[in-house]
Amino acid sequence: MIHFIFAVLIVFSTQVQAETMRLAATTSFNNSGLSDVLLPAIRMDTGLDVQLLIVGTGQAIRLGEAGDVDAILVHSKTAEAAFVAAGFGTHRRNIMYNDFVIIGPRSDPAKISEAESAVGAIQLIFEARNSFVSRGDDSGTHKKELALWSAAVLDPRHFGPWYKAVGAGMGASLNSASGLNSYIMADRASWLNFGNKGALELLFSGDPMLFNQYAYIAVNPDKHNHVNIQAARRLEQWLLSARAKSIINNYKINGEACIYLQWHALALYYIKGLI
Amino acid sequence: MNEIWAGIQEAFWLIIILDSDLIEITVRSLKVSFTALVVASALALPFGTWLAIRRFRYRRVTIAALNALMGLPPVVVGLIVYLLLSRSGPFGVLGLLFTPTAMIVAQVIIITPLIASITHQAMRELWSEYHDLLISLNTSKRQRVAALIWDGRRTLMTAALAGFGRAIGEVGAIMIVGGNIDHATRVLTTAIALETGKGDFALALGLGFVLIALTLVVNLAIHALSRTEREGTW
Amino acid sequence: MVNYPISVSLNSVSVKRRGKSVLGPLSLDFKVDGFNIVLGPNGAGKTTFLKVLHGVERVSYGTVKWSIPDAKARQSQAYVFQSPIMLRRSVRQNLAYPLQLVGMDKAEITTRVVEWAQKIGLQDVLDFPAPRLSGGEQQKLALGRALIRTPQVLFLDEPCANLDGRSTREIEELLKNATQAGTHIIMTTHDLGQARRLAGRILFFLNGTLHEQGNASEFFITPSTSAARAFLNGDIIE
Ligand SMILES: Nc1ncnc2c1ncn2[C@@H]1O[C@H](COP(=O)(O)OP(=O)(O)OP(=O)(O)O)[C@@H](O)[C@H]1O
Ligand SMILES: [Mg+2]
Repeated sequence: MIHFIFAVLIVFSTQVQAETMRLAATTSFNNSGLSDVLLPAIRMDTGLDVQLLIVGTGQAIRLGEAGDVDAILVHSKTAEAAFVAAGFGTHRRNIMYNDFVIIGPRSDPAKISEAESAVGAIQLIFEARNSFVSRGDDSGTHKKELALWSAAVLDPRHFGPWYKAVGAGMGASLNSASGLNSYIMADRASWLNFGNKGALELLFSGDPMLFNQYAYIAVNPDKHNHVNIQAARRLEQWLLSARAKSIINNYKINGEACIYLQWHALALYYIKGLI
Repeated sequence: MNEIWAGIQEAFWLIIILDSDLIEITVRSLKVSFTALVVASALALPFGTWLAIRRFRYRRVTIAALNALMGLPPVVVGLIVYLLLSRSGPFGVLGLLFTPTAMIVAQVIIITPLIASITHQAMRELWSEYHDLLISLNTSKRQRVAALIWDGRRTLMTAALAGFGRAIGEVGAIMIVGGNIDHATRVLTTAIALETGKGDFALALGLGFVLIALTLVVNLAIHALSRTEREGTW
Repeated sequence: MVNYPISVSLNSVSVKRRGKSVLGPLSLDFKVDGFNIVLGPNGAGKTTFLKVLHGVERVSYGTVKWSIPDAKARQSQAYVFQSPIMLRRSVRQNLAYPLQLVGMDKAEITTRVVEWAQKIGLQDVLDFPAPRLSGGEQQKLALGRALIRTPQVLFLDEPCANLDGRSTREIEELLKNATQAGTHIIMTTHDLGQARRLAGRILFFLNGTLHEQGNASEFFITPSTSAARAFLNGDIIE
């Protein structure tokens, strides 16, 4: 009986091959569709079978701390710094940027498309008390949104029912916003790749405050000696390679670029006169 | 309405062209849930039968506990299995988190009480029917259990299928312990959750219809079995 | 089969269920020989008495001892319950089951099953599911299944309750043959005619106690208690 159960367990556990590594990445990395392009290229170039766990930044960091993944790809600078400082990661490496955008009903009742800045835009939403969907899941996007509110000297904890913290991933939150015809903040890639836009439209973008930086951190083998640090380093090298650069920079959704390698993003914003 | 129509079309096409991802995901779903079913049945069928026959001190408490376990929310099971299998948890060294094995473990925990409970009820009924005769025929314990299991096999199969139905349709727990990793732990339910998240309702619905078709087959089987049971044709 | 003398002794046996006394206290040395019929009104404790003797009903107090060791006693007995218990299997498998339990070889089982199916008149429905037989057919099957192991002692709890006149006569023939072959019978019945036809000895129960016992011939002609007299007359027993 016991033997039987073990036999069954072994059949499945042996499926995990040597050249597999686990990467916890944020929802936006996957929802953008970029991972679908990157993972096959990684397999081809490095032989690494990257198993992607799509979670919020908060959970990604917890997975790294517990040693359940070999590396993380997240976008919340303060949380990353704390992660590395506590010794859970070897070092952080900026990989790519994209930007956050504010989405809302096409009619734009709060008139945020005329706002001067991101903070101005959310102030308009606050004044109009128009319904707003928040991720509310401790993700990088959620943290960025909270940073905007606090820059506007507003505290969402005291908002009325128009402020809806749904506690879900980017896609599910966008679905809610689409259903409620609400304002919402999202990363550009997830928005472009989202299939259920309904009456929503991109209303505001371009403020440097909305930069969204992704960093790659390998989990420190000193904390968890079982992690596949070799593979994690190889992936890091690859992400910095010319080939990765060209794949990422050429990645377009519906003909629109949405995610950029670090240098490129800065250059782009520079060209647009935003910095 | 449009969305549902598009979903039906999508499902139709996925099946017609034998979409390789769809097949992979469906096969994995079946494999995981079937393995969980076999393991859970191996535990629950003898246990439920034993519970029906044996009188012991904590029998009532055990039955109450079993029924309570049956109502365990799968996400809670998922969370507990996750914490146990995490590298920093007690079974971390096994490295099972985010593998199909972890999903099997979670599903076994979810469906074992269900199967055991149905088994117990069915076996208790059969045992009270057979009790006097089997005692009168001077049967050994082993012979009694054999008679009960053999003559109750249809009900037991129904119990097992009910467990399978629950396992294959479950999403909360396996999302947590499996991680929904493409080509590794993605199954029908988690794929549906993912596609819904992307707002790709057509594909999500398409996968949903495949799942519904599977559960329908399972439930038709249950129905057929319980009908033959009632009519007593064998 | 040799007619072994067999006896059972009950030592202050009582059965209580839900605080109510169902049987006894009863002390009795009982030489089981030939055809014994247990009579008494509904609820008198006849079924309980038979089950206690056979050991399928546990006693609340006292002991039941057969003249052969306990382990062998039930092995050499058979019981036909008041409401027949059918295994959820075919008629054939029901008949075969007691023989399979004692590890008889397959060919022997097959011949015996066919032989007994004929004796109880169920040879045409051998592969029919037993639980779907009529009440009377079920009783016949239960009887065949009990006799197939040629028991030393056979308990019958109203075996003819659902049978028509003809079937009753056929069954009575079977039972007579069985007693001639050495099987001792303890049977309850509400059919006084049947009791007169078959009984060697009568045990008359009333309110959970053995009220009167004796040879059938004496009991039916000169019952010694007024209750037995009233029972035989079909009067209401006070
Ligand atoms: N488990 C039980 N709990 C309570 N009462 C019981 C139980 N078993 C038997 N009795 C009662 O004991 C009494 C004797 O029952 P028993 O079946 O022995 O009667 P009987 O003489 O066989 O009657 P009948 O002629 O109707 O078959 C009845 O009043 C019955 O209700
Ligand atoms: Mg009775």
